[in-house]
Amino acid sequence: MSTVYDGERGEFVAGEEQATAPLLEVEDLRVEFRTNDGVAKVLNGVSYHVNAGETLAVLGESGSGKSVTAQTVMGILDTPPAVVLGGHVRFHGEDLLAARPTRRMEVRGAGIAMIFQDALSALNPVFTVGFQIAEQLRVRRGLTKAEARKGAIDLLDLVRIPHAGQRFRSYPHEFSGGMRQRAMIAMSLALDPELLIADEPTTALDVTVQAQIMDLLRDIQRERDMGLILITHDLGVVAEVADRIAVMYAGRIVEQADVYSLFRTPAHPYTEALLQSLPRLDLKGQELKAIKGLPPSLAHIPSGCPFHPRCPRVAARCSQEVPAYRRVADGRFSACHFAEELIPRG
Amino acid sequence: MGRYLLRRLLQFVPVFLGTTFIVYTLVWAVPGDPFAGKCGERQCPETFISLMTDRYGLNDPLVVQYFTYLGKVVSGNLGETFSGVSISEQLLNSAPITVRLAIVALLIQIVIGVVAGVMTGIRGRGFLDNLVLVSTLLLISLPTFVTGSVLQILLGVEWGIIDPTVSPEATWGELIVPGFVLGAISMAYVTRLTRTSIAENRRADYVRTAIAKGQPTRRVVFVHLLRNSAIPVVTFLGTDLGSLMGGAIVTEGVFNINGIGGLIFRNIAEKEGVMVTTIVTLLVLVYLLMSLAVDLLYAVLDPRIRYE
Repeated sequence: MSTVYDGERGEFVAGEEQATAPLLEVEDLRVEFRTNDGVAKVLNGVSYHVNAGETLAVLGESGSGKSVTAQTVMGILDTPPAVVLGGHVRFHGEDLLAARPTRRMEVRGAGIAMIFQDALSALNPVFTVGFQIAEQLRVRRGLTKAEARKGAIDLLDLVRIPHAGQRFRSYPHEFSGGMRQRAMIAMSLALDPELLIADEPTTALDVTVQAQIMDLLRDIQRERDMGLILITHDLGVVAEVADRIAVMYAGRIVEQADVYSLFRTPAHPYTEALLQSLPRLDLKGQELKAIKGLPPSLAHIPSGCPFHPRCPRVAARCSQEVPAYRRVADGRFSACHFAEELIPRG
Repeated sequence: MGRYLLRRLLQFVPVFLGTTFIVYTLVWAVPGDPFAGKCGERQCPETFISLMTDRYGLNDPLVVQYFTYLGKVVSGNLGETFSGVSISEQLLNSAPITVRLAIVALLIQIVIGVVAGVMTGIRGRGFLDNLVLVSTLLLISLPTFVTGSVLQILLGVEWGIIDPTVSPEATWGELIVPGFVLGAISMAYVTRLTRTSIAENRRADYVRTAIAKGQPTRRVVFVHLLRNSAIPVVTFLGTDLGSLMGGAIVTEGVFNINGIGGLIFRNIAEKEGVMVTTIVTLLVLVYLLMSLAVDLLYAVLDPRIRYE
């Protein structure tokens, strides 16, 4: 296939001149979890891409496959039970799923870094925060102990941890929740990655700290012109920091668009329902609109469009035909039979 | 930390008094005559018995005897046996061999046990796992004298790889097989403990983080994973070293090693009360020191544990 990514139009076009490959491109990723209780189809053909310096928000309910996609990209999926059935993860055009283990290890941290939801359990409890940051510089960059220490303190400074020199010697349990996430960010930045995957980085934090961490991430991303994949289920966060949004449902991307278009005219009923479930100031006092029903069990994904049992726009064909994930407008993709009707022409 | 250490050391005093008293009483509670068979084929003359009884204060009430003994110990004199041999001299002759045997056993436990535990803990179910589980079960269920005798006959007598008995010098090389026999059961436990602990922590978030950082696999396992999995293993090893010293009776018997085990066995038979009390107390003190060392090691291994 000779399609290349056109940064200007935000989509793939047939091979032409002056087209640039995206920083990361996930294509048709399919992953299953095989356990004694049966097979769960966790990812059923996920495709998205991120450009350098761009923030992609991956939005979806718990169990929609947001984190599993990220873990597959990083190569940190637990196999077994997970089995990667197919697809491609291309970093600068290089297929990581086909790469040798040593090559994958090189890319981790230096090319793509990741931060996790719960920094307390994600940091090693028996080593100091400083050790865990300096470790990257020592082992991966070959710096001496003193150089690595200095580098780690600079990183702690960068993520705005006060008294970084003293805090270097603290253990994760001696940090507050927000500080731990900052330390985690510092650690992920140690090797100057081109892409940072943040898996619900603020979910475990209280609201004021959430805002600080998001500000920090946004500032760092801009300063370093780094790609950022922000995995979240918080629409508010998405609206503030993301350039583009990919909405996931039952292991598929159901819609992908720039933030502005997606919030204004969602091209998938699921996105539409998500937006309607947000509390709004101008509709104060009214009951919140919830999406009826429950997310599908990944062991028994409904036939046809997986969202059809919960969809307010359901039609007869929805339970039989799987809607194709396709381009519906410039830079806009949707997997709904009626996507074209949802967005105004032009 | 200093206060904690002081408190722990002070706790040794009542334990020391308690054990010495109990052991002292128990030795004399066992029926038997300390002077039986002391004078060759015939019975000892009355004069000899009364002289010895007087000299060692055997007619005094037990409590008085005990405190006399304690007074001597505190002043640094461990006393002598009924045949007039200095107890401290005997201890100095036997203890180093047993200490060396225990160190060999401990090293074998750590090296083989931890390596086998890490390998099976990481790989999970499979041939190696089953092999290790079955062989550790076998080792645990075999009494030490069986393992000892079988290895002695096979390696020493049949195949002639080692000398069947250990020479009085007891060099390190000679102690490898006896050390294995002494540590075999504990080695099996160390293997299983390590295996379980590694398997439990293998999927921990911080391990995933270390992999996501792009750290080499060997570092992920031996730095990040092993340090967190070490606590139950260290606990076991610490208390085990204490019991290795005392548990050497059978192994020392099989391989004819002249250590603490043999010494205590002979002296119980000969009702050498002072000697038995001294050795047992020494073993108790070693045990106490080891458990203190383990507790202090906890705080090193896991900084979340703090003592004050």
